[in-house]
Amino acid sequence: MTTSAPHHAVPASSAAGRRTDHPAIEFVGVCKDYLTHGEAVPAVKSLDLAIAQGEFFSLLGPSGCGKTTTMRMIAGFEAPTAGKVFLDGQDVTGVAANKRDVNMVFQSYALFPHLNVLQNVSFGLERKKVGKAEIARRVGEILEIVSLTGMEKRYQKEMSGGQQQRVALARALVNHPRALLLDEPLGALDLKLRQQMQIELKRIQREVGITFVYVTHDQGEALTMSDRIAVMNAGLIEQLGTPREIYERPATRFVAGFIGTSNIVAAPVSRVEGGLAVLDLGPEERIVVPVPASVPAGREIEVSVRPEKIDLHRTAPQAAGSVLAGTVTEVVYHGTSTNYTVSTSTGSDFVVFDQNAHDAEDVASRGERVFLTWAPQHSYPIGV
Amino acid sequence: MTIQTPTTEPATAPAPVASRRRFRLSGERAMFAYTWLVIAWLVLPILLMIVFGFNNPHGRYNQTWQGFTLKWYREIFSISDLTSALVMSLVIAVVSALLAGALGTGIGYALGRYRFRGASAMNLVMFTTISSPELIMGISLLTLFVSAGAGLGAVTITIAHVMFSISFVSTVVRARVITLDRSIEEAAADLGANAWTTFWKITFPMILPAVFAGVLLAFALSIDDFVVTNFTAGTTVTFPLWIWGATRVGLPPQVNVMGTLIFAAGILIAVITNLRSRAKTRRD
Repeated sequence: MTTSAPHHAVPASSAAGRRTDHPAIEFVGVCKDYLTHGEAVPAVKSLDLAIAQGEFFSLLGPSGCGKTTTMRMIAGFEAPTAGKVFLDGQDVTGVAANKRDVNMVFQSYALFPHLNVLQNVSFGLERKKVGKAEIARRVGEILEIVSLTGMEKRYQKEMSGGQQQRVALARALVNHPRALLLDEPLGALDLKLRQQMQIELKRIQREVGITFVYVTHDQGEALTMSDRIAVMNAGLIEQLGTPREIYERPATRFVAGFIGTSNIVAAPVSRVEGGLAVLDLGPEERIVVPVPASVPAGREIEVSVRPEKIDLHRTAPQAAGSVLAGTVTEVVYHGTSTNYTVSTSTGSDFVVFDQNAHDAEDVASRGERVFLTWAPQHSYPIGV
Repeated sequence: MTIQTPTTEPATAPAPVASRRRFRLSGERAMFAYTWLVIAWLVLPILLMIVFGFNNPHGRYNQTWQGFTLKWYREIFSISDLTSALVMSLVIAVVSALLAGALGTGIGYALGRYRFRGASAMNLVMFTTISSPELIMGISLLTLFVSAGAGLGAVTITIAHVMFSISFVSTVVRARVITLDRSIEEAAADLGANAWTTFWKITFPMILPAVFAGVLLAFALSIDDFVVTNFTAGTTVTFPLWIWGATRVGLPPQVNVMGTLIFAAGILIAVITNLRSRAKTRRD
């Protein structure tokens, strides 16, 4: 599992002064059990995690994977059963939510319905006894950043979902928290608005330079916005890395399946030649995959290949890399690409995305015999 | 639709559309009549009470119409026993409504927000007090007060009224609390508010309409309560107890006037609340 150094592209205007050498958020051996009918059910099992200053960090996973529990332990709404949580190097494990210097954007926005935009956004600063003039200045500044200037007197019900979202964001950011926690904040918006807000969120994060921790089950959202992603499953982090690492080199079968589409084949290594393992599957069929020197011939490994890396041919090709033969069982036209399902001799169906770059007809039709090829570097051994 | 309503018009092949329309019209008319019948049923007794506040009876009995007068409005407080009984009722109603409001809000909030040991037992107790006959409550309260050696009077009446009003307030408040998005309170804590500030600045304003409704309900239950009051009053006389005593010798029209004013106050509050909530809906 590789972790790349996060990029601190833009130093924060206001949060920068407080920045320390410590990670913004750190989990050390954190476990969380919930009591259900007197039985301890683990939600998070032994979590070790360091989120860097100024990073856009995503917790990605299916519902029930422990990502929301993890975020709520940062906010202070849940106390870990074991382990410690640090904010900027300070142990906050026993510190109440209202004493923690982090703020949250809730999935439901959780705006105060009886207060207007101005009162909502000022709420946090008033609790900190910030002076009236200073509150007015900072609220004005943040409303400008989230493009809500002129909406100060509006109430929640007078605003669209996207505007409410921005109020929730402003209400949290105006406090200059050490980290901003976002719990599936775009879940309630429609697709167009969601894509617009993704770009917007990224811009705002660059502008304020605050660490963002983003919880989502939407892999597209996580890939688009994050500096790093932790893919969680059943209370554990399956993989931690940059979007590219996670997509191109999934560490586990779960990650390969959860992030995008993967074709996975398990077969024994026939021979290893110059860092490339060859898995012979038939007289003309083989998979070629780069492996570390430690992998011996004879060991069975799982190989993953992404659908867009595969080329489709009608005739047997003379390719140096992987070759598989199969029969097309499904052709689905998607506009930008055509997706083929090919049943292969490996026993598993392969999915192939063919870019509709040329005005050509479909490369193959249903029932046709085809050959799949891809370059050696596009095969990836899982968990090796 | 084959039903034809009887018609006096010449039977020159009435179009099916027209007949259907006439049928719907007669249906509407029936609905209209029915609606007014129900309204009359509900309002007539009240109307009668109001009207007889303006009556000018010659004898002791204010039961037949004998002429219009505003005398009783001028002399509304001329019967000092009746006046002090009304004042007693108002004081008890205000005090018990406020106490029941405060206690019931706390209970309703706890029941709606938290899961705790004994919550379902508490719920059961609340519903039992609402559903148990007043007579039973009156007898048991009397037994309690007497065996505790408490002198019966305004204090015991107030305690009794608070006791049966709490369930109503807490039920109304609980229903509101259940519908609240829990994360709103979490958001307040997240923004640095402690539990006290969160309750008074965020939670309370959101449940205020329910608290207000609960307090009004408690006030209304208290001001005209007879059964429980009769058991717990001792020698203290409230408005309903005075009326009960006076029915045997004939009710003075002042009772009608006071009833009218209490009713008018209730209507006024209802109208104001309605207008305010309508203005709020428009704003929202």
